[in-house]
Amino acid sequence: MHRFANPSRFVRLSRLFEPWLAGLTVTLLGAGLYLGLFASPPDYQQGESVRIMYVHVPAAWMALFCYTSMAIAAAVGLIWKHPLADLGAKATAPIGACFTFLALLTGSLWGKPMWGTWWVWDARLTSMLVLFFLYLGYMALHNAFDDPARGVRASSILALVGVVNVPIIKFSVDWWYTLHQPASIVRMDGPSIHSSMLWPLGLMMAGFTTYYLWVMLLRIRGEIVANKIRVLRLRQVHG
Amino acid sequence: MLKSAFVLIQRDLRLALRHGMDSLMAVVFFVLAVVLFPFGVGPEPDMLTRIAPGVIWVAALLASMLALERLFQTDYEDGSLELLSLAPVPMEAVVLAKVIAHWLTTGLPLIAAAPLLAIFLNMEERGFLALIGALALGTPLLSLIGAVGAALILGSRRGGVLLSLLVLPLFIPVLIFGVAAVDAAAFGFAVRPHLLMLGGLLLGALVLTPWAAAAALRQAVE
Repeated sequence: MHRFANPSRFVRLSRLFEPWLAGLTVTLLGAGLYLGLFASPPDYQQGESVRIMYVHVPAAWMALFCYTSMAIAAAVGLIWKHPLADLGAKATAPIGACFTFLALLTGSLWGKPMWGTWWVWDARLTSMLVLFFLYLGYMALHNAFDDPARGVRASSILALVGVVNVPIIKFSVDWWYTLHQPASIVRMDGPSIHSSMLWPLGLMMAGFTTYYLWVMLLRIRGEIVANKIRVLRLRQVHG
Repeated sequence: MLKSAFVLIQRDLRLALRHGMDSLMAVVFFVLAVVLFPFGVGPEPDMLTRIAPGVIWVAALLASMLALERLFQTDYEDGSLELLSLAPVPMEAVVLAKVIAHWLTTGLPLIAAAPLLAIFLNMEERGFLALIGALALGTPLLSLIGAVGAALILGSRRGGVLLSLLVLPLFIPVLIFGVAAVDAAAFGFAVRPHLLMLGGLLLGALVLTPWAAAAALRQAVE
């Protein structure tokens, strides 16, 4: 693991991966959007607005995925003092917050024609909102200290505390009777949606994942460069 | 260890007593915040009866959050937290002792003031006992969850606002089950499941939050 803690090796590797991830993201999202928006059939009940799902479900999935990765990275950073894990957690937070916001926004847009309301206070929606605030709190705590190392450690602990919310979001549709439909893809008896809709959904999910990996590598590299600039500036000042 | 924790509780209580009004400010805020509502939504008794449990709970939540900022702050500033971290007591025990003292000085007065506010808001009489029971289970839970936030913000800029951003989202489950218990009692449904849920949350928090708060304190005094 500490093999990759060397920043210059990491920068070299991420330079190698980034164009591939970028290309993969564009291809997957392009194919997913085409299939989802044009080639897939409208739903027999929801009509054309079912197409919002192709953005909503992957975004919600990524919101959870990003939080889990952020918490794992935070734990690795706390336990092994791995510098790149700290940077990874920091880089993941804004991306995850954006995915959470996207999921809430698309859900709200879908809810208006389907449920007749922009927002209901049911368990799934509320726990996603809490997730959004956890991301915001993480980012605020990260920047709240004059000593950056304190911010890293404090926000890592917060990220780990927030993990309790992840299973609550996942199982909120099973534990409580809610408006939000229960899981329809990852089920014991196989997915309950037709393959013509499953394909674009899967492509969008894969595309969102590669997008996350791409942007995360880019952000970590940016952080490393920013640190270098800071050190150089300090050296200039101190002569 | 038990004895040291007991001494610590005694010290905190004595400090709170010597400061006099300081710890009562949370209760004053609690009362004032609730009293604002009849002016805000209008004084119709039916309306007040309907919203009373929610208003009392939200005000209690905000009041206990106001008091949280001082939980570790003074000890952090005058250096006693560093001495406590060197003492042969686990930091988790220190956290628990501080939380107990904090609850005795702010949570308990809130519970005492709640029935009065329930009368102000014309709450159903059937809900009184449930309100006190739910607050008795809920306010220690708020103190425990809040201790994590209070430990995390030590030494930061803009501590108070940050604390509310960290802690309020985590308070939501307490609010949900607390209000559900009182509503159920006021409208003649079973209270037990909601109180059991609150009790379960309290037990879970009792085990998990001292860990997180102690970790946060350790990195703050490092």
